[in-house]
Amino acid sequence: MHTDYISAPTPNLPFPVHFSFQNIIFLLVAIAGFGLFAWQARKIRANILVGRDRDMSGNVNERLWKTLLVAFGQQKMFKRLTPALLHLVVYVGFIVINIEVIEILIDGIFGTHRVLGFMGPLYSALTGTNEVLGALVVLAVVAFWWRRNVGGVRRFTGPEMRAWPKMDANVILYIEVILMVALFLMNAADLKLHQLQGKDLPGAFPVSGLLTGLLPDSLTALHVLERVGWWAHIVGILLFLNYLPSSKHFHIIMAFPNVYFSRLMPQGQFSNVDSITHEVKAMMDPTYQVPTPPASEGAEAAPTSFGAKDVNDLAWTNLLNAYSCTECGRCTSVCPANITGKLLSPRKIIMDTRDRMEEKYNSPLIFDPNLYGKEAKHDPQEQLDKENHTLLRGYVTPEELWACTTCNACVEACPVNINPLESIIEMRRFLVLEESAAPNSLNVMFSNIENNGAPWAFSPSDRFNWADELYVADKAAVTA
Amino acid sequence: MMADLAARGETPEILFWVGCAGAFDDRYKRVTRAFVRILEHVGVNYAVLGMEESCTGDPAKRAGNEFLFQMQAMQNITTLNGYGIKKVVTACPHCFNTIKNEYPALGGEYEVIHHSTFLQQLINEGKVKAEGGESFKGRRITFHDSCYLGRANNIYEAPRAVLEVLDADLLEMKRCKTNGLCCGAGGAQMWKEPEPGKKDVNVERTEEALATLDGDADVLLNLQGVESNAPVLPAGSNRGGSVIAVACPFCMTMMADGVKNKEREADVQVFDLAELIASAEGLNA
Repeated sequence: MHTDYISAPTPNLPFPVHFSFQNIIFLLVAIAGFGLFAWQARKIRANILVGRDRDMSGNVNERLWKTLLVAFGQQKMFKRLTPALLHLVVYVGFIVINIEVIEILIDGIFGTHRVLGFMGPLYSALTGTNEVLGALVVLAVVAFWWRRNVGGVRRFTGPEMRAWPKMDANVILYIEVILMVALFLMNAADLKLHQLQGKDLPGAFPVSGLLTGLLPDSLTALHVLERVGWWAHIVGILLFLNYLPSSKHFHIIMAFPNVYFSRLMPQGQFSNVDSITHEVKAMMDPTYQVPTPPASEGAEAAPTSFGAKDVNDLAWTNLLNAYSCTECGRCTSVCPANITGKLLSPRKIIMDTRDRMEEKYNSPLIFDPNLYGKEAKHDPQEQLDKENHTLLRGYVTPEELWACTTCNACVEACPVNINPLESIIEMRRFLVLEESAAPNSLNVMFSNIENNGAPWAFSPSDRFNWADELYVADKAAVTA
Repeated sequence: MMADLAARGETPEILFWVGCAGAFDDRYKRVTRAFVRILEHVGVNYAVLGMEESCTGDPAKRAGNEFLFQMQAMQNITTLNGYGIKKVVTACPHCFNTIKNEYPALGGEYEVIHHSTFLQQLINEGKVKAEGGESFKGRRITFHDSCYLGRANNIYEAPRAVLEVLDADLLEMKRCKTNGLCCGAGGAQMWKEPEPGKKDVNVERTEEALATLDGDADVLLNLQGVESNAPVLPAGSNRGGSVIAVACPFCMTMMADGVKNKEREADVQVFDLAELIASAEGLNA
């Protein structure tokens, strides 16, 4: 028996339309997929908004320009050429192949087949590009896998890269390969189906064209394979979309707002705590009136503590950072403290922030990676007390925080403008201002500044002594 | 002295902010003096606060003591504004960063210039020619970027432009400019013992500097974060008299300690830009 699997255009429509129960199932699957993602996204949004207010409005043009360069243009990735090129392939592949997803959605809902085929040469260019990119993506993913699991790239290791983070990184690569295989299966089966029936398939298929020999010659089997590829591709994408909120791969979305809302001021500039400014001004000038915040804000009180003990003491931008991190470890690999064997790892601070948010607030996850990683990461005793298991001490130890030289290398290195330094300083502020828990030598330094106006124990009256020897003693200062 | 000038009703063109290290650290006092001799040499109208200067609060702020920082800041701002200061020059990147970036919001708005930029301007204006003193021709110099000058404030070229006039062999470390490795002193580390680890940061950095000056590719390969394999120089022994140039008092201390740790004081010295220029200009008093 021979069935014609390719319909001729119906008289009234430019496209062959086969509306069937498949389309209803597809519609339900698509709604479920996007709906679930929206549900997860709302939870993550709520997590980020538990952070302290911080005005990041204004400077729209400058922010857009930065987003264009750093996020869209991947400017900072190109500090390291090999991963930058591999990443570029996957990134461009992701964007271009997603144009095809639009077609899949239309086809799926309306029962059309390759609805964009009417575009002719443009469609050929699109499908041809997709195919080439798809093949390059597979190669890049293989290279990524090798670098991560065999190649000994040091920044993929470290104490925080156990359990879930380690698995997650590979799962992403496997999913990407599966999606590409599905794409090629769909195209190759469709192509062979048309070839065997002596018909033209719109589009160009430079890679699938090489694969048709691997497929069976039965039309029924080819049709099934085409459908399997098609469904696997779109269902895979929907599953992947819902995997993102549990994964470091969420950066493909969050990188853009994160870069947009990243700081514009010089990296050396630390925030001045306003409530302290009022206090100091009031101390120096008894007539100073602390400006009252606009009454419309209602009961919005000043922060009750200085610095950050837990994630809700950090600014919302710091929490946004945590969801944008792809755990690449560039920050940690350039951290002078980490390089010389100290406990501090900027990446860990960011990962801890995300884990703590999901422990304390919403876990937007279908399966909870936080729980998965727990055993390896934390002392089980500490799990018992969720409230006291704060970011500071529960996750990040003072030893890590005090090892930071505030050199900004981590900030500079992050391809998506995450700023671990801000979080580190906020936690140091809590340690010093709320707990008086600075290392003793720093307390000595503080009291020197208070008493002598210098961090060392020198008398202020000796401050001008350097001038005594201005023209006598330095003859041999520089010698050949 | 600013107080004397003010008593005469004068306002200086620039205020030279000496900084605590510049005033109290024996090694960095030499830098202060070298810079002052340059100022005198070119005839700039300048003043210093002398005993009225106080810590900018940088170490307190980086260590998390925001309260102490703001106390110091307000006190200094009161002093500076009292004298009507418009332009501040300092040889310390930490003072520079703090006054330039963190004082404005507290009421202290000045044009703040780091001495590397100031020296570059003097060179560009032809006021400093690096002639008449010691010659650095043929000597190897590598510049160590200060974090608070470089990444913190994007000043990478000024110190290099200053070193250019020395006509020496300038060598870049692998980790330079935006990728520069910290000396280990920032963030108030200067005043505390490092946390337990494999190595001190200043030793790591000094090893890189020495390997760069020596052209020792093997050492460079073993340093983490140095990804490229190409040697900076053909392998060969150091010719002696090489210089690690710095532009920060804390980098000075850390690199000098590193050189001592590596027992290379005999052939490698650590100098600030101002010392090198003063020396080349023949201003060693």
